[in-house]
Amino acid sequence: MTTTTAVRARGLGKVFPSAGGEVIALTDVDLDIAAGEFVSLIGPSGCGKSTLLRLIADLDTPTGGELTLAGKTARQARLDQDYGIAFQQAGLLPWRTVAANIALPLELHRWPRARREARVAELAALVGLTDFVGRYPDQLSGGMQQRVAIARALAASPRLLLMDEPFGALDEMTRERLQSELARIAAETEATVVFVTHSIPEAVFLSDRVVVMSPRPGRITEVIDTRPGRARDDLLRESPEYFSRVTAVREALHGAPLHRANER
Amino acid sequence: MTAARLPGWVRLLAPLVVGIAGLAAWYAFVASGSAPRMLPDPFAVANEFVERFGLIAEAAGITGTNALVGLVAGSLLAILFAALAATWRPVDGMTAPLVAALAVVPIVALTPIFNTMFGASSQFGRQAVAGIAAFVPVFVNTLRGLRQTRPVQRDFFRATAATGGQTFLRLTLPTALPYLVTGVRVAASLAVISALVAEYFGGPADGIGTAIATYAKSGRASLAWAFVGGGIVIGLVFFLVTSLLERLVVRRLGAGRPPS
Amino acid sequence: MTDQVLIPGATEVVGAARPSRGRGMAARIGWGVAGVTAVVVLWELYKFLGPADGVTVGGDGSAGSGVILLPRTHDRAMPHAWDMVARMFAPTSGGDTPPLILSVLQAAGTTLGLAALGWLIGVVVGALLGIAMQRWRLVEAGLLPWIVVSQIVPLIAFAPVVNALGTQIDRSGFPWPQWLSVALIASYLAFFPVAVGMLRGLDAPDALHLDLMRSGSAGWWQTLVHLRLPAAVPHLLPALRLAAASAVVGAVVAEVSIGLRGGIGRMLIQLAGQASSDPAAPWAPTFGTVAMGLVAALGVALIGVALHRFRRGEDTA
Repeated sequence: MTTTTAVRARGLGKVFPSAGGEVIALTDVDLDIAAGEFVSLIGPSGCGKSTLLRLIADLDTPTGGELTLAGKTARQARLDQDYGIAFQQAGLLPWRTVAANIALPLELHRWPRARREARVAELAALVGLTDFVGRYPDQLSGGMQQRVAIARALAASPRLLLMDEPFGALDEMTRERLQSELARIAAETEATVVFVTHSIPEAVFLSDRVVVMSPRPGRITEVIDTRPGRARDDLLRESPEYFSRVTAVREALHGAPLHRANER
Repeated sequence: MTAARLPGWVRLLAPLVVGIAGLAAWYAFVASGSAPRMLPDPFAVANEFVERFGLIAEAAGITGTNALVGLVAGSLLAILFAALAATWRPVDGMTAPLVAALAVVPIVALTPIFNTMFGASSQFGRQAVAGIAAFVPVFVNTLRGLRQTRPVQRDFFRATAATGGQTFLRLTLPTALPYLVTGVRVAASLAVISALVAEYFGGPADGIGTAIATYAKSGRASLAWAFVGGGIVIGLVFFLVTSLLERLVVRRLGAGRPPS
Repeated sequence: MTDQVLIPGATEVVGAARPSRGRGMAARIGWGVAGVTAVVVLWELYKFLGPADGVTVGGDGSAGSGVILLPRTHDRAMPHAWDMVARMFAPTSGGDTPPLILSVLQAAGTTLGLAALGWLIGVVVGALLGIAMQRWRLVEAGLLPWIVVSQIVPLIAFAPVVNALGTQIDRSGFPWPQWLSVALIASYLAFFPVAVGMLRGLDAPDALHLDLMRSGSAGWWQTLVHLRLPAAVPHLLPALRLAAASAVVGAVVAEVSIGLRGGIGRMLIQLAGQASSDPAAPWAPTFGTVAMGLVAALGVALIGVALHRFRRGEDTA
């Protein structure tokens, strides 16, 4: 077992009891994520991608299989604050300023004030919100609120970053901008990122690998390598290698290759 | 059809005009001589209010104190029970129907029983009634507020390995506080009304309600109306204070902060 | 008198719609019974374990001094629960008089009838006022602040005055029976929440629906009947419930001020006055008033059931 495996899942499963019998949200998941890797989970509703993320975050417990985060159990990793998490809704506390929201995890872990303030300033600069630290969430746009959520997730410099469709509620242009920023932040902090998304272009742009999942029961169907040969910038979005990877992921999602008109 | 909003000055002037028109109509009716004696003219009432201010203030002090004691005690108990109900389902299950029933029954009808239990010379019966009346809105609103935390926020606190106490102090409590003070604001008016009305059901011969009943029965119209005015003043004071508190808390904690 | 949850900052006492009753009714009744049982158990437990002379603060031992915090456990101050029940089936005033429970039911029925009359008057007046306020913004601007104020101040303080007024009018030749004063006082308390609730409800439809009506060239009256009134139902029902509770309180208080014969208010005061010799008796009319409130709420709930078609899509609390 190598310490550079950030997340290791073997035969992981999750079953939910429900009114009409059991729901198999996740079954037989085998996945290794190396330290520093950016991995996306993509698939239609019910494929278990959010469930898998919540299991990694110890927000739910698996009903089968095993899961370790850098050798620890998920629970221990949570108690040791080894990861940061951001959700689709920013979930900021409306009565706290941007600075106070970013500082919240640090307050909960009793960091001394000076150290907290320094770290908040660093993070605000990292996400480009230095001029807004005194504002309240309802004074910010959706994109800015998500940036605060990301800064908050990074507060304690976690090795692992978990993100559940953080850009899902934003318009396309803001989305692309934040994707570029996230790519930059991930590269700078060398964090491992597990990123849940609905969007094929987003997954391909951001990730080293894309994990394609499908529902009923929720499982992994394919893992596609999307490591780009160049820097993750706007030019990447217009390159042929990017398009072919997007196609590959789309075909994996649909389960069959599409025939192009001129190939018939 | 969506009507346009009236300009600010109209919204301020209109109720004033209505109020003055009402007063004028009242005065005209009395001055015409066709009004019964129990309906004095507004100036006579104002006159008595000023002349007897000492008496009125004293009675208002009694009724007001009863309302205040009831409001404070009822609110504290309500917060306690709401916290219990939010935590344990059995408590929630039992209190929900009881509180729903309390909300529709005439609580002041309990006054004679309380006076028997606690002695007819005690103010406790009135305070208890005011307390029960205050309990209901504070309980309902606080319980609602305690449940208003959003799952995404609760998930975040759990993901950050926050203890239960930390989550309560930093998430649940600030979320619940605006609802709590709204409940107190509603409870304040109910406490005043209940404390006053309870006086009609027996107990010591003091307070605004007793005075109104006494003077109305003995035909001293202007004085009775002046005491009614005293009761209205108490109600307004309670409302203004609790409204102010509510506005302060909501401004500080509510999601609707004014844009800078 | 209110069971509404308010969004912080809302000014009216009548709040948003409540969820319709449905599944779990049996469970709720079960919990309610458990709650009542718990209260009875606590009562008897206190009688058993509590200090015989209660807890007094600041007195010197003589009668009437100090503040009594906890009542005396003596049967005269705190009758046993079973004594209360037994007393209800004993004769009202000894001898051949019918059981107390029948007298209570009769009196409660009388008062409830007056409360219902008051409620009806209040609802009609309040509804008309609400419609007028929605139709003419000027009327709303002029009247609504006064209506909100009236919900805050103890207008019921007027009850003895209204009664005295009524007596005077009656003496001056214009017939004014006592029960009319009671009904009027009850209607006075009932119409304010209805006016506010009606206004809020009529204003509730969103711009989308209003545009739809406009595009179909519907006039004000048609919009009222086909859109605003149906949309107002979820807002009206809590108001009607509040009005019913207010009407009951108003009727009882009015009766007490007036001393209306045959009403439950008078019975309450009378039996409480005899409590030293007959301690369990005052509890009967007390339970009677509780029952009145519950029946009034039930009545409004039935109206809600009848109007259930207009309550689809109500928000759950």
